[in-house]
Amino acid sequence: MESHKGVTLLDFWVSPFGQRARIAMAEKGIEFEYKEENLAQKSELLLKMNPVHKKIPVLVHDGKPVCESLIIVQYIEEAWPEKTPLLPSDPYQRAQARFWADFVDKKVYDCGSRLWKTKGEEKEAAKKEFIEILQILESELGDRKYFGGETFGYVDVAFVPFTAWFHSYETEAGFSVEESAPKISTWAKRCGERESVKKHLYEKEKVYEFVCMLKKRLGIE
Amino acid sequence: MGEGELKLLGTWGSPFAIRVRIVLNQKEVKYEYFEEDLTNKSELLLKYNPIHKKIPVLVHNGRSVCESLVILQYIDEAWSKSGSSVIPTDPYERAMARFWAAYIDDKVIQALLGILKATTEEEKTYKISETMSVMELLEEAFEKCSKGKTFFGGDTIGFLDVTLGSYLTWLKAAEKLSELILLDETKFPKLVEWTEQFLSTDCVKEIMPEVEKAEEFITKTLKPRWAAASSK
Repeated sequence: MESHKGVTLLDFWVSPFGQRARIAMAEKGIEFEYKEENLAQKSELLLKMNPVHKKIPVLVHDGKPVCESLIIVQYIEEAWPEKTPLLPSDPYQRAQARFWADFVDKKVYDCGSRLWKTKGEEKEAAKKEFIEILQILESELGDRKYFGGETFGYVDVAFVPFTAWFHSYETEAGFSVEESAPKISTWAKRCGERESVKKHLYEKEKVYEFVCMLKKRLGIE
Repeated sequence: MGEGELKLLGTWGSPFAIRVRIVLNQKEVKYEYFEEDLTNKSELLLKYNPIHKKIPVLVHNGRSVCESLVILQYIDEAWSKSGSSVIPTDPYERAMARFWAAYIDDKVIQALLGILKATTEEEKTYKISETMSVMELLEEAFEKCSKGKTFFGGDTIGFLDVTLGSYLTWLKAAEKLSELILLDETKFPKLVEWTEQFLSTDCVKEIMPEVEKAEEFITKTLKPRWAAASSK
C-alpha cells in the first residue's frame, strides 16, 4: 500500500466533509479512486491511515495519508498549485478565506445537527442560532457571485456540501433558507450548477432520507 | 507587504496570543501590544473581531486577522522575507503541521483543565491518564516532524513548536498545583528535551509568562470561578 501511486479518498457517501475533498479535486481536475467506508465496521486501511481520529475523509496520496477535511483541501490546493487555484494569492485575502472556512467548520455542522437531534426549546434555540449563522455568512458573501469573489474558492468548497442538508434542516426545524438568507439561497443554487457540485452532492431528498434513518437509529422522535 | 502599522490584541496568559507574539518576536517585527481584559472587552476588540469577540487579533494597516493559526500563516506570508519560515514549505509537511496543531489545540487545554477541575481522586487519575495518551502521541509526532532535529520545525522554531509551546507555562502550573509530573523524561524523553530547547530560545524567553503567575491565576481566579459555577 505504501508504494501505491495515485490518489485515493476514504470517505462516506453523504459526508459533507468528504464532499469537500471530492469537489476540490473535481474543480482541479484531479483523478482519484473513491473508497466507500462502512463506518460501523471501519476498514484496516482507514484505521491504519487515520489512527488518531479513525474518521473519514482521509486522502491517501502516493501512500501517504492526509486527514481532516479542510487540511485535505489545503493540501490539494498546495500539491496541485498549477490547477485552478482555490485560494487567492494575496496574504490578507488568504487569511480571510481561512477565517471564513474555519467559521463554517466551527458553526454549521454542529448547529445544523442540533436542528434534527433536539426538540422543543432546544430545537428553537438551535434554529435561531442557525439562522444567525446563515445571516453572518450572507453578510460576508454580500453581492458577490461566490465567497471566492468571481471564482469558486476555498470557502465555497467548505460550505457548499451543507447546501444538500438545507432541505433537511428546513423540514426538521421549520424555517426557510430562502426567506432567512436569500443571498445564501441564490449562492447555493448557483453552486449547484457547477459540474463538480452536481457530481458530488446527493439530492436533498436522499439526504433527508439519511437524516430520518439516523433519527430512528438514535431513537429520536 | 510587511510594512505599516501593526497592532496585536491579546492577554498575557493566552496560549493563542503567546504563540503569535513568539513568531512576531522571531521575525523581529515591531507591533503595538494591547492587553485585553476579557471580562470587559474593549471597543477595539469588538470592532476588530465582531464575529467571535476573542483574542488574539492582529490588526495590520487597519485590517484585522483573527484565529491564531490563521494569524500565524498570515504573518509567514506577509513577512516572508523576515526570519525563518513558520510553516514548512512542502505541502505534505504543511498538512502534518496543520493536523498536529489542530490536535494540540483540541486536546491539550481539555487535558489540563480536566486535571485541574477534577473533584475526586478517581476523576483526577482518569484525566491524568488521558493526558498521558495525548503526550504519547505528541512524542511520536515530534519524532516524525523533527526528523532528528531540535524542533518540530527542524533547526528553527516553527508552527507546531509555538502551538504546543504556548501551553507550557500552563502545563507546568498544572504539574505544580496537582503535584504530578506530566513532562516525564523517562516516558517522553524527546518532548522533555524539546521543552528545554524551546523555553531557552530568546524569542520565546521574552514572551512566556512565569509559571508562578499562572499558578496564582489558577488558584486565585480560575478555581473560585469554577467552584462558583458548579455550585449553581
